[in-house]
Amino acid sequence: MADLLALEGIRKSYNVGTPVETEVLHGIDVTIRPGEFVALMGPSGSGKSTLLNIIGLLDRPTSGRLSIHGEDTTQLSEASLTSLRGHTIGFVFQYHYLISAFTARENVMMPMLVDHGRPDAAMEQRADELLDWVDLGKWRNNRALNMSGGQQQRVAIARALAMDPALLLADEPTGNLDTVSADAVFDLMRRFNTERGTTFLIVTHNHDLAGRCDRIIQVVDGRITQDQDRRVKAK
Amino acid sequence: MKPWLTFAWIAALRFLAEGRMQSGFILSGIAIGVGVIVFMSAMLTSVQTNFTNRVLTSQPQIQLLAPQEVARPLRLHDDGVIEAAIVQQPTQRILSIDQWQTILATMRARPDVVIASPTVSGSALAVRGDASRSVGIFGMEPDSYFRIVRVPDYIVAGNSDLGSDDILVGLELAKDIGATIGDKVNVATAAGGSRTLTIRGIFDLGNKGANERNAYVALRTAQSLLGLLGGVTTIDLTVTDVYAAETIAQDIQATLPVEADSWIKTNAQFFTAIRAQNLSSALIRIFVGLSVAFGIAAVLVVSVLQRSKDIGILRAMGCGRGQILRVFLIQGGVLGFVGSLAGSAIGAAALMVWHRYARQADGSELFPLYIEPSLFVSSAALATITGVIAGIVPALRAASLDPVDAIHG
Repeated sequence: MADLLALEGIRKSYNVGTPVETEVLHGIDVTIRPGEFVALMGPSGSGKSTLLNIIGLLDRPTSGRLSIHGEDTTQLSEASLTSLRGHTIGFVFQYHYLISAFTARENVMMPMLVDHGRPDAAMEQRADELLDWVDLGKWRNNRALNMSGGQQQRVAIARALAMDPALLLADEPTGNLDTVSADAVFDLMRRFNTERGTTFLIVTHNHDLAGRCDRIIQVVDGRITQDQDRRVKAK
Repeated sequence: MKPWLTFAWIAALRFLAEGRMQSGFILSGIAIGVGVIVFMSAMLTSVQTNFTNRVLTSQPQIQLLAPQEVARPLRLHDDGVIEAAIVQQPTQRILSIDQWQTILATMRARPDVVIASPTVSGSALAVRGDASRSVGIFGMEPDSYFRIVRVPDYIVAGNSDLGSDDILVGLELAKDIGATIGDKVNVATAAGGSRTLTIRGIFDLGNKGANERNAYVALRTAQSLLGLLGGVTTIDLTVTDVYAAETIAQDIQATLPVEADSWIKTNAQFFTAIRAQNLSSALIRIFVGLSVAFGIAAVLVVSVLQRSKDIGILRAMGCGRGQILRVFLIQGGVLGFVGSLAGSAIGAAALMVWHRYARQADGSELFPLYIEPSLFVSSAALATITGVIAGIVPALRAASLDPVDAIHG
């Protein structure tokens, strides 16, 4: 099966050209295949979030090559990157980041609205389906601030899946939740991965959750120190 | 979400609605600013229109006169002898305009002239019993002259139907000589003319001096009194464009043997006052507009800071810089537009209250208010444009936010 994501020699430096230039990623090579459920682990400051931002096309590498579905993205214009991001990648962040001016349903509709320009009945239907799927159908007309952290994160997952992305990136999605809510959120992602085949790349510090992923990539000091495919081991 | 609204409009309106305290304060500021502009503009327009109407209905827009007589200095002889070194200013006799019928016909044929009316004017003494007052006699053809100077509109007693033995006098003159409608008054001039005329009407031009001085008689009566049989001293004109009167007057003076005085030239002080008023009004508008613009910009800059995470999330889900830019420009425009609607209502209400309570001593209105719908339309348009312009800097700032920095604060 062709790779969904291929990173070749990805390096990232900050303050380039100044005396305090700092390289935080030192040549990352990794590929991710469609349908994988991958945990990205590593200590704080190891470069995981930077790597996630580069994979999510929110940031550009200083050098190296990032391909999505075989297409090199490093030379794309910003507008093309934005469009590719909107159609291919969904994001879930640690602090939920729902837009407080909108209801749960409207938050889920937002990626479709940004893409299509105007709201329509199909968007509402899709948002309702996703909210039902994350078991928040009854809360669809609630404002984000009137929901618990776990509920907000489930809405954020529904929103990330609204455009049916090939890849969902989650930056410590359970880091700010209690154990029960964290389990529920993780199970949701796992279920979507199993049922729909969506690829997940999850940054986490939680070893229990990472242990339930198909593959664990360990990043230390800007380098991949371990890439363990647990399915192979299981077999 | 309304299906006819685009993403940028939906987001802009929701952001404004969510920050309703901020939006409310800035809308109040804009409304007060626009209200001041509407009130002040309507007042100035009303004062100017009222004054212009009064001026234009009580005097001709252009007056053609016989050229002034001048004394020619004697030339220097070849042998160096100057025969008369002192040139005395000649007296100005009352003279008829040369070839006035031809000039009148020429004026009536001009497309930019609406009405042309010949008049004879000069000084006289009005005598009734022991009372006498010096007056200015205006002899004219009522059919044409009363369309220029609307004396019939100002008649307070009697009527303006002038026969050859009739006279119209002002309210103050009638009081001074103790006369009323139907009374006789003897009018005598320095040229030796003397007639006993019947007071047909009494007028009030709203100016005490004019009510004391002016007296209107038929053209032939004035010609007879002033010794100008068959002649006229002035030809009074109204023109299609009152503000082009000076240009037309210069054109007439250049082509015909007459002096042409426009109302613009004879009311130079009035125009200076209008210019000063317009300048101060424009300055006030500019400064109010600037304070409104800075207010909107300040609120939007704060909004961009408050919404930076929302902006980051929107950018992460594929929202382009152009869409973010539009969200904040629309917010600026909406603030300006809604504020201007409220401001127009405040301005209009203030005008009504002012008109209701600011009265003359006798209870009549100070002057009629002219409130044109275009004032509200232009205020709304200007405030909206100001809002959009004020939104440019915050919108650019929002659009240029790096999504990673925005999300992580």
